[in-house]
Amino acid sequence: MKSLLKTTVAAVAFAALGSAAQAADLKACFVYVGPVGDFGWTYQHDQGRLAVEEKFGDKVETAYLESVAEGPDAERAIERFAREGCNIIFTTSFGYMNPTIKVAKKFPDVKFEHATGYKTADNVATYNSKFHQGRYIIGQIAAKQSKTGTAGYIASFPIPEVVSGINAFLLGAQSVNPDFKVKVVWVNTWFDPGKEADAAKALIDQGADIITQHTDSTAPLQVAQERGVHGFGQASDMINFAKDAQYTAIIDDWAPYYIHRVQEALDGNWNSHSSWEGLAEGHVVMAPYTNLPADVVEMAKATEAKIKDGWEPFTGPITKQDGTVAAEDGVRLDDGAILGMNWYVQGIDDKLPE
Amino acid sequence: MRIELVKRKEHSQTMALLSPVIAVALTALSAAILFSITGHNPFVGLYKFFIEPLTQQWSLEATIDKATPLILIGCGLAICYLSNNWNIGAEGQFVVGALFGCALPILYPDFENVATLPLMLLFGAIGGALWALIPALLKTRFNTNEILTSLMLVYVAGLLLDYLVRGPWRDPDGYNFPESRIFSDAATLPEVFGGAMSLSAPITIVVAVILAIVLAKTLKGFEIRVMGESPRAGSFAGFSAKRLTLFSFALAGALAGLAGTMEVSGALNQLLPSISPGYGFTAIIVAFLGRLNPIGIIIAGFVLALSYIGGEGVQSAMGVSNEIASVIQGLLLFFVLACDTLILYRIRFTSRRIADGEASHV
Repeated sequence: MKSLLKTTVAAVAFAALGSAAQAADLKACFVYVGPVGDFGWTYQHDQGRLAVEEKFGDKVETAYLESVAEGPDAERAIERFAREGCNIIFTTSFGYMNPTIKVAKKFPDVKFEHATGYKTADNVATYNSKFHQGRYIIGQIAAKQSKTGTAGYIASFPIPEVVSGINAFLLGAQSVNPDFKVKVVWVNTWFDPGKEADAAKALIDQGADIITQHTDSTAPLQVAQERGVHGFGQASDMINFAKDAQYTAIIDDWAPYYIHRVQEALDGNWNSHSSWEGLAEGHVVMAPYTNLPADVVEMAKATEAKIKDGWEPFTGPITKQDGTVAAEDGVRLDDGAILGMNWYVQGIDDKLPE
Repeated sequence: MRIELVKRKEHSQTMALLSPVIAVALTALSAAILFSITGHNPFVGLYKFFIEPLTQQWSLEATIDKATPLILIGCGLAICYLSNNWNIGAEGQFVVGALFGCALPILYPDFENVATLPLMLLFGAIGGALWALIPALLKTRFNTNEILTSLMLVYVAGLLLDYLVRGPWRDPDGYNFPESRIFSDAATLPEVFGGAMSLSAPITIVVAVILAIVLAKTLKGFEIRVMGESPRAGSFAGFSAKRLTLFSFALAGALAGLAGTMEVSGALNQLLPSISPGYGFTAIIVAFLGRLNPIGIIIAGFVLALSYIGGEGVQSAMGVSNEIASVIQGLLLFFVLACDTLILYRIRFTSRRIADGEASHV
């Protein structure tokens, strides 16, 4: 009994000293909305965290909390990290925006980075990627490959990021086949394999032979594989889940951004900003083109190169669903219009939820 | 040979008091084993999970804050369950209460004065009560099964919230994102002590204590218990089962609605498409862990909240996965229920022949 007590006391003392024993220069912490094993959105953020660990070794310590619900749990999770000595905290879901701003006010010396939001402060930066660039490419592939001329789109929430993705997809498709159709199902979740699979089945039953998604699980692609149709990986290369079905995937590569920002924090020249980069900077990466004929691969690679050279998929002529002109021929939408997009382009077989 | 549970003639009072302690000890032991086989130091893990949250003011307040809605909803549910009314829909009553309570700061953002908060809390309680009265009325008028109706109304409430936040109540300056405007200070429940908890905690404790007194000392409390244990005896005493059904549902709904309003006003400051990580369902567990006694529910709510906060602690400090933390929470519930079962029953190993012989006597 006595020895057990001793061990316990020692363990408690060890626990208390735990943080002091590790002499890292910087602690970088990550709050995830899904499980690390979603093989989509959260998985990619965690790959970014691991890249930071690998790059900086003992100089940087990392920690993460997974499956943190958006709401009061988020605020507590962020505050916990701030209190536990994290120097820079990455909050990786849109719903963490207001909790991040709230906690940041209380901890002016801690640096916060919020993904996909629009509120910044002296110690809160935002970062996002131009996923819509990848969606334009997969739209082109879809139009080339589809026999029915219809794609099914599994969408999460009608926020600008998702709406601009649907629009970019259709603009890409229309550049190949002006009559191309896209059907949209809103599942109102970022991660729910069951719901996502049901939506995929419903869309295939309605004649879609290409499935694409703005949700985080591999389920829609697995359904596509089972039903013999095709699709695209989302956030992560999902080829292992759909060997024959995946044409390519839009990969979110957060590693360059995380390494860059942690480096700046280490060097003492971190500043708040709003980062929004895409294919050219390597923040969005296309997975290898597979299951495709050579001419389609060539087309996709040509578009990829064009975008990397600075061409913007949201370049006119663009007509809104209601028939009004969004951009004249050759005119490029400005960043604000893309980041706040709340209208569909003409040709989408859906009404934007209001 | 087989294993049987045989009802004990007498329950040991000592064991009844000791059983939660034994359950926690067994949970700790299992947790230590889990930490060990996943490659973590079991002593550090146990310390981070069960002790550390209690050692700092912030984490202690965060624990109380997490426990608050569970306790408030659990107390209302206990009244329902004691009186034999199976209200499973507290999650929906929580949401509709929040909608009623938050209508004021969303629709009349300029109405900012001392009356704002009290009115919000009042509306919240009324909203929750009205939502709860739907299954109660269906039960008393049409004899429908309240378990089903109250549960199904949870999903209706969730969709109603979703519709409002995406549509009419969406923040006009919010870039089309599905969330309401942020409440002004006048509509925000003030923080108390260190700031990790709001005024909802003291309000909840007061409500729980009042309910404990009502249950133990008043005629209404007697009525609730009698009607639960023996409705026939109760009807001879002049109590009306229907009136009590309406009363207990309305009370439980009001408390859930109050909890919802306080959660949104104090913690979120705005309506979001999802405002509860399942408080209304977890509160059912809390009500039974607390043995349907308001004081017991305070303790049960706190212990359950501790397991959430501790779970986060081991995740962030040791990289233990979220699943391990959930398993430990599950083990805690399992051991509490198992220990309680063994107070009422004992295990008997019997051969099939004897068991069959006994069965023929029944």
